[in-house]
Amino acid sequence: MSSSTASRQTSQARTTTAPGIKTGPSLRRSRDNVSGWAFAAPFLVFFLVFLVWPIFYGFYMSLTGKSLTGANDALIGFSNYSEAFADAGMWRSLGNTLYFTVISTVPLVLVALVMAALLNIGLPAQWLWRLSYFAPFLLASTVVSLFFVWMYNPQLGLINDFLSKFGIPKVGWLNDPNVAMWSIVIATLWWTVGFNFLLYLAAMQNIPAQHYEAASLDGAGAWRQFFSITLPQLTPTTVMIVLLQILASLKVFDQIYQMTSGGPGGSTRPVVQYIFETGFTGYRLGYSAAISYIFFGLIVLVSALQFVVTRRRSA
Amino acid sequence: MANTTLTRSIPRTGSGQVIRQPRKKLTVGKTAAVVVAAVLAVLWLVPFAWATVTAFKSEADASASKVSWFPPSGFTFDAFASVFQAGNIPLWTWNSLYTSAAITLITLVISALVAYALSRIEFKGKKVLMIAIIASIIVPPPVLMIPLFYQMLAFKMIDTPWAIVLPQVIHPAMVFVLKRFFDQIPHELEEAAVMDGASRLRIFLQIILPLSRPILAAVAIFVFIGAWNNFLWPFISTNDDGLLTLPVGLQTIKSAYGVQYAQNMASALLAALPLIVVFLFFQRQIIKGISTTGLAGT
Repeated sequence: MSSSTASRQTSQARTTTAPGIKTGPSLRRSRDNVSGWAFAAPFLVFFLVFLVWPIFYGFYMSLTGKSLTGANDALIGFSNYSEAFADAGMWRSLGNTLYFTVISTVPLVLVALVMAALLNIGLPAQWLWRLSYFAPFLLASTVVSLFFVWMYNPQLGLINDFLSKFGIPKVGWLNDPNVAMWSIVIATLWWTVGFNFLLYLAAMQNIPAQHYEAASLDGAGAWRQFFSITLPQLTPTTVMIVLLQILASLKVFDQIYQMTSGGPGGSTRPVVQYIFETGFTGYRLGYSAAISYIFFGLIVLVSALQFVVTRRRSA
Repeated sequence: MANTTLTRSIPRTGSGQVIRQPRKKLTVGKTAAVVVAAVLAVLWLVPFAWATVTAFKSEADASASKVSWFPPSGFTFDAFASVFQAGNIPLWTWNSLYTSAAITLITLVISALVAYALSRIEFKGKKVLMIAIIASIIVPPPVLMIPLFYQMLAFKMIDTPWAIVLPQVIHPAMVFVLKRFFDQIPHELEEAAVMDGASRLRIFLQIILPLSRPILAAVAIFVFIGAWNNFLWPFISTNDDGLLTLPVGLQTIKSAYGVQYAQNMASALLAALPLIVVFLFFQRQIIKGISTTGLAGT
């Protein structure tokens, strides 16, 4: 990183002072202004139209009573927001989202760490383990949901059948309000842990071998090496994975919508589904946009925390 | 950071390459590790295996209350046959394929161009642009679905492929992955070209791009997988049966077929097949893609 900045500086100095270029530095600079924006232009168009504008327009919508059926563009101030803050449905869905985030992040980080640590020992047939842990990540959420709805089936499902061999009574994996969110977490773990696993594996293989050599000369065993070398060296990776995972889990929608539609009794309905439903089935686009922005505020808060944490680490 | 990741992060495969840690004899600990790894692998493969077995069952066997890995009336292709007859799987696959390809192509072109400008050209307003793009990384797509839908309605693009493609081509994180890679290309390489009066575009096309193939491939694969599997936005922006992508189409199958378990599993497997094949072909690049581009977020 630092070397590339250094080389850029020297070459800048070289291009501006290079002999034999007819154009002076100032002309070159103004040409750079044109070409810089010319290169940025195609991205910028999409960026402005499909990202920046919707952000502002969405906020504007949240201040109106706009509905999908008839236009009501009149500004109504922040009343959508005050309504949302008093809306038990929104709080419940927000609570479900946070609950999912908390209970999914822990296994999604820990299991990934265990998987990577196992492979890092130098097991034979690396490709086989990598493929089996990572392959589910390639599936569409719909495919994952079809798989798990089938396995969770209370009467015909594989899991209850397996448990019954140990005398465990049938579990309503997706029908029992106390269990459903955990069932979603299990499916999500199976589906996406491979991504974190690969990030961990890559980081582990970047740890210089000398550390381990020195440690084993000092007589440190495998466990000792893992806790005294591997884990501390992985701290930045762990921080990054945890934060990425939190942000990803907050956005949960697909697999829940497909497996339980938010049920039973709204016990798994995440906030993204609530936004979707108020907007597209309740036709209240303005209100739905307001909830989007409350959710956005939450994401910004988490991102700000991430920024503070990573800043403190590097400082 | 970027430097080490790009050049060294490829997990060493079992192809006789460097294994970092000194190989020790097969200790008790290592045997235990193999056992744990195997248990996890089996757990991770069971859903695939169970789906496959179910897909090859007759519908009667699949919905029999006795769970069986070896169905009483034997294995059959019936479920696959009826999926092909009744379902729209080939059409949905095609829809997913060309929209994902278009998203990938447009993303690559516009991201590489802007990344080049951010990496190599000093221009007024560059800092502002950079901050705007960085800041946009935190915008979660679900927040944009309501205004984007309304916008697409206004553009009269709802129920056209444009609605699926256009909003999915902005990947701020990918822009930075590319920029970091461009930053590392030695400036000496383009200086000769600058002396000869080559234009920026020429330098970009003839020097930078050819040197950036690995990262372009990684970004392409990453964006493609994301687009292929995206559910929420295509689900919102299309209602037309002829336009559904594979993930959205599959969602409709569930309700349409009711409790046809064998058919459901056959459809799921058919939908999973293309990406599994892609993975087998591009394993190295995909893993490299995750471990490099993944750093910048999903």
